[in-house]
Amino acid sequence: MTMLDIHNLHVRVGGKPILQGIDLCVDAGEVHAIMGPNGSGKSTLARALSGHPDYQVTEGEVSYEGRDLLAMDPEERAREGVFMAFQYPVEIPGVNNAYFLKAALNAIRKHRGQEELDAIEFMALMREKSTLLEIDQSMLTRSVNEGFSGGEKKRNEIFQMAVLEPRLAILDETDSGLDIDALKLVANGVNAMRSPERAIIVVTHYQRLLDYIVPDVVHVLSGGRIVKSGNRALALELEDKGYGWLEPEAAAAAPAAKT
Amino acid sequence: MTRLVQSSPQTGAYLADFDRLVTARSATEASWLRNLRRKGIEHFADAGFPTTRDEEWKFTSVAPIADRHFAPAHDGQSGLTTDLVERWAGALGGYRLVLVNGVYAPQFSVGGLPAGVHVSSLRSILATNPAAVEPYLGRFAPPDRHAFTALNTGFLQDGAFVWIPPGTIVEQPISLLFVSASPETASVSHPRVLIVAGDRSQARIVEGYAGPPGQEYFTNAVTEVVVGSGAVVDHYKLQRESQRACHIGSMYVHGTRDSTFSSHSIAFGGALVRNDVIAVLDGEGGDYTLNGLYLVDGRRLIDNHTTIDHAKPHCGSHEMYKGILSGHARAVFNGKIIVRPDAQKTDAKQTNKALLLSDDARINTKPQLEIFANDVKCTHGAAVGQLDEDAIFYLRARGLDLQQARDMLIHAFAGDVLNRIRIDGLRTSLEEHLLSELPAAGRPAHHQ
Repeated sequence: MTMLDIHNLHVRVGGKPILQGIDLCVDAGEVHAIMGPNGSGKSTLARALSGHPDYQVTEGEVSYEGRDLLAMDPEERAREGVFMAFQYPVEIPGVNNAYFLKAALNAIRKHRGQEELDAIEFMALMREKSTLLEIDQSMLTRSVNEGFSGGEKKRNEIFQMAVLEPRLAILDETDSGLDIDALKLVANGVNAMRSPERAIIVVTHYQRLLDYIVPDVVHVLSGGRIVKSGNRALALELEDKGYGWLEPEAAAAAPAAKT
Repeated sequence: MTRLVQSSPQTGAYLADFDRLVTARSATEASWLRNLRRKGIEHFADAGFPTTRDEEWKFTSVAPIADRHFAPAHDGQSGLTTDLVERWAGALGGYRLVLVNGVYAPQFSVGGLPAGVHVSSLRSILATNPAAVEPYLGRFAPPDRHAFTALNTGFLQDGAFVWIPPGTIVEQPISLLFVSASPETASVSHPRVLIVAGDRSQARIVEGYAGPPGQEYFTNAVTEVVVGSGAVVDHYKLQRESQRACHIGSMYVHGTRDSTFSSHSIAFGGALVRNDVIAVLDGEGGDYTLNGLYLVDGRRLIDNHTTIDHAKPHCGSHEMYKGILSGHARAVFNGKIIVRPDAQKTDAKQTNKALLLSDDARINTKPQLEIFANDVKCTHGAAVGQLDEDAIFYLRARGLDLQQARDMLIHAFAGDVLNRIRIDGLRTSLEEHLLSELPAAGRPAHHQ
């Protein structure tokens, strides 16, 4: 079943065109990897899907579970089951991590017509989910991301995803800056979430993450368009050859995209 | 009665009120009190109301006070219900002394003090045992320092007196609540508070100011706190005046050796508000904390002036003031730290932050360090900013709506001050009050 259907998506950031006609279809149960060189528009795609106000959609449609995703506020997308793991998680001094996450979870549950969790039920859920990602209790009582190491921030993102249980998860370069141990933890956390009802989009610059989160489909983004799609072998080929060999194809696919 | 000084149009009515007061009371009073009062009114007549040409009042015009006459408040308590007073007092437990229009109101007060601890109206101690307050009253709040302190001293009649004997630890908070209620006329009260904490004693005191919403009045309060050697005093000032009231509050703190004092000044109400805290660390080993939080909206103004005077070596001071401004509100913060030549090894830290929720809100903020010793550590920082848009988006991307996200960030901003309040009931009630005020304050100006 199609979960996400992106058609001819154009996005500008600060007036500058970045995405220039993305077409992408993701089915429930699938893991898609989006790769591409710096500046190709990978993170722009992730942020536009999450509803960031700086990312202006100028053309195209995005349908999520049959509904117009672009018409929804960021919080409505989250409540409908879209989750983006931030490339740069924001530090929020003074907001307790557990308090924040409980408020988020209950906002989502309320939207879905579910009972809100009380403090005891919530703590039980936190304990269950924190083990997998080796989140210790002190991380829960600290302010959101404040003073967290790079690895802790990324683990915290995946932990939030595990608690909020989205139907569509978008990981925006979650692997960047992680050492191999942290990368494995994060990958385990993501793999534990794989299910026939859930789709995951992994945006990454490096093939390495895909050794641990094995994608069903790999897309290469260049010049704001998807220039090649394939199976996992494509990622390995990119690892081997870099992105340079795709440039002529990118040019051919997007003659107007030259800047 | 012969007046020693000339009056001006602004001060004249107060001098006439003073004459009436003195005529009514002088027969029964101790001469030192008469003299103190006279010194106060003379200085006030001499100095007049401050103007914005005065450096200490550069950004705060007191014209709304000076350009009209506030009549002396009467004892009347019209419109006050127990419910209203209970709400202002909060469920803090412990002893409570309530004064209405500057006069002790036993029907709202709650007893239950530990043996030896004395809390009473100032009027009653002046009538029964004036010698108990004579060594302190007016000594730490000199009438010639500040025109409003002078005015308060001139009209000194009632207020609160707290005496904690040496070595006594008072577990429950002591609440002093000053209510203004005069629906018919705009009136003034001059509450005076004297807190004397004996050596090695320990107490927590909550000083509250409140009035019915919409009423216009002027509260001119002066508090003197004497912290004995090795004593620990936590002071909470909770200002919830009517949003049309004027409130001038000056607190003078004097600490001796190894004294520990903390002030938590929370200001929510008032149209024109000025708080002065002047703390003198006059003994080695003192440790003082001055914290403050204010919430100001509409066209209101809240001015906080603090002075920490390090007079002796090896003392520490920590100061954190935070303000939340919206609408066309204005705020002033001036934090003076004096380190006297003798005060080596001083460790002073000052932080001042303001959160502007609208483009039209404005703050004037100034640290003022006067350091005359060479082996000291003094730091200060000021920050004025808006809500972090990245943080708002992050919270929304997790499912919180815009209003929830803003409230959460404002609450977090205030948390630095509120979390340091060590009376649980007080902290909870302030958090609730803050959250209930946020729906108005948290929205951008154009939505109001």
